[in-house]
Amino acid sequence: MSLTLAASGPSLYWYLTRSTGAVALLLLTVAIALGVVDVERFSTPRWPRFVLDSLHRNVSLLAMVFLALHILTSVLDSFAPISLVDAFVPFTGAYRPFWLGLGAVAFDLLLAVTVTSLLRRRMGFASWRAVHWLTYASWPVALLHGFGTGSDVKSGWLLALSIGCLAIVAGAVLARVLRGWPANLGRRSAAIAGAGAFSLFVLLWLPGGPLGSEWARRSGTPASLLGTRQDSTASSAGRR
Amino acid sequence: MSRRLRVNPIACEAHGMCAELLPERITLDEWGYPLISGEPLEPSLVQNALRAAQACPTFALIVERDRDDGRR
Amino acid sequence: MSSPASAITEPPSGRDGDPAGTLPRLLAGIRPHGTMTLEEHLSVHGSPPSVASRGRRRGRDGAEMLIDEIDRAGLLGRGGAAFPTAVKLRAVARARGRPIVLANGAEGEPASLKDRTLMEMLPHLVLDGAILAAEAVGAGEIIVCACESSGASLRSMQSAIAERAQSRDSGPHGRRPKLQVVEVPGHYVAGEESALVNHLGGGPAIPTYRPPMPFEQGLRRRPTLIDNVETLAHIALIARHGAAWFRQLGTAGQPGSTLVTLSGPVVHPGVYEIEHGASLTSLIEAGGGTTARVRGALLGGYAGSWIGAERLHGVALSSEHLAAHDASLGAGIVLLLSEEACPVAETARVSRWLAGQSAGQCGPCVNGLDSLAGTLAEIAAGAAPARATQRIERLAALVSRRGACGHPDGAVNLILSALQAFAADFAEHARHGRCERCLRAAELPLPSRTAGSAATAGTAGRR
Repeated sequence: MSLTLAASGPSLYWYLTRSTGAVALLLLTVAIALGVVDVERFSTPRWPRFVLDSLHRNVSLLAMVFLALHILTSVLDSFAPISLVDAFVPFTGAYRPFWLGLGAVAFDLLLAVTVTSLLRRRMGFASWRAVHWLTYASWPVALLHGFGTGSDVKSGWLLALSIGCLAIVAGAVLARVLRGWPANLGRRSAAIAGAGAFSLFVLLWLPGGPLGSEWARRSGTPASLLGTRQDSTASSAGRR
Repeated sequence: MSRRLRVNPIACEAHGMCAELLPERITLDEWGYPLISGEPLEPSLVQNALRAAQACPTFALIVERDRDDGRR
Repeated sequence: MSSPASAITEPPSGRDGDPAGTLPRLLAGIRPHGTMTLEEHLSVHGSPPSVASRGRRRGRDGAEMLIDEIDRAGLLGRGGAAFPTAVKLRAVARARGRPIVLANGAEGEPASLKDRTLMEMLPHLVLDGAILAAEAVGAGEIIVCACESSGASLRSMQSAIAERAQSRDSGPHGRRPKLQVVEVPGHYVAGEESALVNHLGGGPAIPTYRPPMPFEQGLRRRPTLIDNVETLAHIALIARHGAAWFRQLGTAGQPGSTLVTLSGPVVHPGVYEIEHGASLTSLIEAGGGTTARVRGALLGGYAGSWIGAERLHGVALSSEHLAAHDASLGAGIVLLLSEEACPVAETARVSRWLAGQSAGQCGPCVNGLDSLAGTLAEIAAGAAPARATQRIERLAALVSRRGACGHPDGAVNLILSALQAFAADFAEHARHGRCERCLRAAELPLPSRTAGSAATAGTAGRR
């Protein structure tokens, strides 16, 4: 079945992996934005606090659902040698180990956040909150994972989506830092500097990196898969 | 068995979601902190009260049962 | 403004703590300076009874017998809340787990000196009571809590414990409970029961939310008996002389004797032992009389109530009599204000201090006390907004019973009683601003800045 699919074009699983990954990134972005809205205690008569708070919780859970599908389909996709273990244990896979590993890191962090949030009442507020900060760490890792592993990263819509999400998260971080300024000035300055540096890094890195030539080889795609239609050096394969 | 509302004033950070979800029993003072009467909840409000307690970000709102001996 | 002069106690005047039931009792045999040694303590009061053997002789549980005796004596807590001691003892004894006893000598109230005086000069009385209480509830450990600013009481308690460890005469107790002294910060709410437990458990000395109550789950989640050091001292004497003896002094509702800290314009401010129901006049006389005309008296400390001079005559110091004045003795504090001082300025000053002493954990307390202090300052300055008094009353209603501890309620009590007792002065200030007395040095004692506030003790800064 998979051989036939390989011969006829990118498999269904490949499309699902890419799309669920993109949606997961988008949902995580929205969740972070809503999280900041939550902490800023923003509300309007039509959007009371409990609604925005529920939205934050539900969007986050939905993101995890898409993330689960993303992982499942990438494992089921027979093109790349990705096993279920690679989703949890970073950097040990055969396919683009570093960039895939970043995905595992992000997933592990989000798993911790999700589990603690589901068990909030048993944990105590302070511990729950400490773990929740990990969301800010997971997002940039997820973004880099997307840029590094995606075989269609050059496609316009995915690039635009990713950069758009980056802008939203950077804006959310800025808003979060400005609230309560200038308390804890050291941490706040570090956060702004970090967000700014990361955004700059991404914009400078992309052209020579994933958008550059031979990224598939440079990123660690197994040699046996190079040159097949599903790697990004092929000009038309993988593009919608 | 009746149920009552109470608030842990140390945990409460004046988010105000409780007042949004149970305006029949909870109002906010001028600083945003909840004003709750200690009377038993009407059965029709219990569901919403539990929802309000679930929504509280810091678990400050508590819906408790009266103990059988009348002590809380 | 320095705190009241160090305790000056009356010489025994020929009487000691004999079973005839007269004063002094706690202060019997006290030396003018220096700590009463174990030997002196035993010669004045005799050996403490053995709870266990007394029980065995009667074929009953000795601990139950002691608690029954304390119940019959009608002893009420001396830390300010006047909670029936026997009820507390029984609750701890019945709770699950091995209890711990805390002897509360934290005394964060600026106008109170009795606890540190007791610990400094009569440590063995406190220890006797603590050990008896421990036996009554089945506790194996006693922690004496002394204010960190009172080095003398810390040292004295430590020496007393060392004395007992060396001597074998301190009591025929089979297994002695473990005794230690711990320092407690000096800010106002640090002596509150849950704050004490919090501090001893390694946290900041600020109150926690209850339930669970300390007598059920306190320090290390074990039932914790927290008694004021004076309460324990009374237990030491009730165990020796009995409930009937205890009741020979005092009133039916408030039996026995009690320690009060008298301060303000009197010749000899300090710690006195009175019987409940004694007149305020007799206390002032014992203190050598006043040195200035008195404008009012603050009973119970900064969580207590003012009584204006015109109503002071005939005031008796017991809960029944004081209830008519909406007042109570609290932790035995009688603070007189002279006519030289301005009651409005003093109230404004104290309420600002009380606002600063908030642990900062509960919104209604933090915001409410701040607003109250602000409004009072405006009234004192003559810049009061219209209907300032109504604002104060409204704020008071918003603040009461909405904190995790009694601190905001106490502040509200003080402020509302001041508005009533000094209504004329407040009205004058609202109309004409500062009076000439406002410019004089402040009278009411407040600790200096170095004493610290609850906020620096490490509050939750989640806002």
